[in-house]
Formats: sequence, C-alpha cells, structure tokens
Amino acid sequence: MLLEVRLLLAIFAGGCVGALARAGLLELAPTHAGRWPWVTFGVNVAGSLLLGWIATHRSPASRMRALIGTGFCGALTTFSTMQLELLEMLDADRLGMAVLYVSGSVVAGLVGVALGARAAPAPKPTPAPGVA
Amino acid sequence: MSAVAWIAVGLAGGCGAVARALLTHAINVRAGRSFPYGTLAVNLSGAAVLGVIAGSGLSDDALRIVGTGLIGAYTTFSTWMFETRHADATGHRGRAVANIAVSLVAGLLAVWLGRSIGRAAF
Repeated sequence: MLLEVRLLLAIFAGGCVGALARAGLLELAPTHAGRWPWVTFGVNVAGSLLLGWIATHRSPASRMRALIGTGFCGALTTFSTMQLELLEMLDADRLGMAVLYVSGSVVAGLVGVALGARAAPAPKPTPAPGVA
Repeated sequence: MSAVAWIAVGLAGGCGAVARALLTHAINVRAGRSFPYGTLAVNLSGAAVLGVIAGSGLSDDALRIVGTGLIGAYTTFSTWMFETRHADATGHRGRAVANIAVSLVAGLLAVWLGRSIGRAAF
C-alpha cells in the first residue's frame, strides 16, 4: 500500500487542526513544570477514544480515517510532551505524581480506544413495538 | 501569541503529522507487522528532539511552533494506545506489554538525553 497524495493532504489538514487544538488548550490552561498536566492528559485520552472509533469503523485507505485518525487524533495527542512532563515531575521529586500520571494515562488511553472501538456508529432509535 | 505564530503552529502540526505517517509507513513496510516499530521509532526520535528543544532555551513562540506544533504532532499517544490494544486483542499480550514498557523506559531516556545535549550545546 502506497501513501497516496489525497491521504497525505488529509493527514496534513487533520494535523494542523489537531496541533492547533492542543496548542490552544495549552494557552487557556498552561501546564507548569512538575504540576499535573491536565491538557496533555485530557487530549491524550480524548484522542484515544476518537481514534478507537474511527480506526475501527473506517479502513486505512479511507480519507476520513486519514483526516480524523492519523491527522487529527495523531497530532492532538502527544507522546513526547508526556515524556518531558514525566521528566519534569522526576526533577521536582514528585515520584508519586509521575507514577500516577504515566499509569493513569496508559490505563485511560487503553480504556479509551476500547470504548471507542466498541461504540457502534449511531443507529437510529427504533422503538420496539409495544414499548412505551 | 501573534497570529503569525498561530498559523506557524498549525502548519508545523500538519508537517509533523505527515512526517509521522511517512516514517511509520516506511518502517512498517520494511520491519513487517510483528511489532509496531514505526510508531516506536517516531515517538522515541520525537522525545529526543523535544528534549533538545527544551534544553536549548528557545523563545516562547519558537518553543510553541517547534515543540508544541511540530514535535507534538509528530509523536502520538493515540496510535501507540491503539496498536497496544490491537496486539492484546489479537492474542499478543507480551507484545502489548513490551510496547508500553519499551516506549516508556526508552522515551524517558530519550527526552533526558536530548535535554542534556540541548543544555550542553546551546
């Protein structure tokens, strides 16, 4: 499978929006070194949930998956910032927070992709006959 | 943050995402699908570069564009989690555990090493 230009353009567009969303949230709620990084934690869990859904319901060749999955979710979530935040917690002698942050992120991320994968693509509610 | 800096963060994020897709694809084609080496390589290289940037004392705007925008979008948490769950769900629990452990230990080492280099060089 070759990465086509139409997919790369979708990945680029999704990446722009994902990075801007994360940067915007960091402007609204800046994370201070050694403190609990709510923005990174939140975007990582939210992005995992959305990726679990899109990657389960669309094929890798789909432009929608390139845009929302590889582009938006990939760029909204971040591994490098999380590692730097962990290092800064260790610098500040906050070992307990570092352990909680890393284990909490991984557990919530795994639960997120699982929940996203399980969520059915919004079926129309059809009331069963005889049920009020 | 200026409007130009915001635009630069967005463009840097798009470039980071495309670089991740290309590198992941190139590595997975060569290394096969037995382990998510592509995402691992992207995340570890990105952690090292972010460490260099953090240690080098860039201006706030440069830090946002290169650190938050480019490297933040280049590395990914969601795909790492998705591939870990996929390994576990397809009966490869050892692979899933290794993907988490190796990424975390090597990622922390990479960001620490990068920051040491950044502090020494700039």
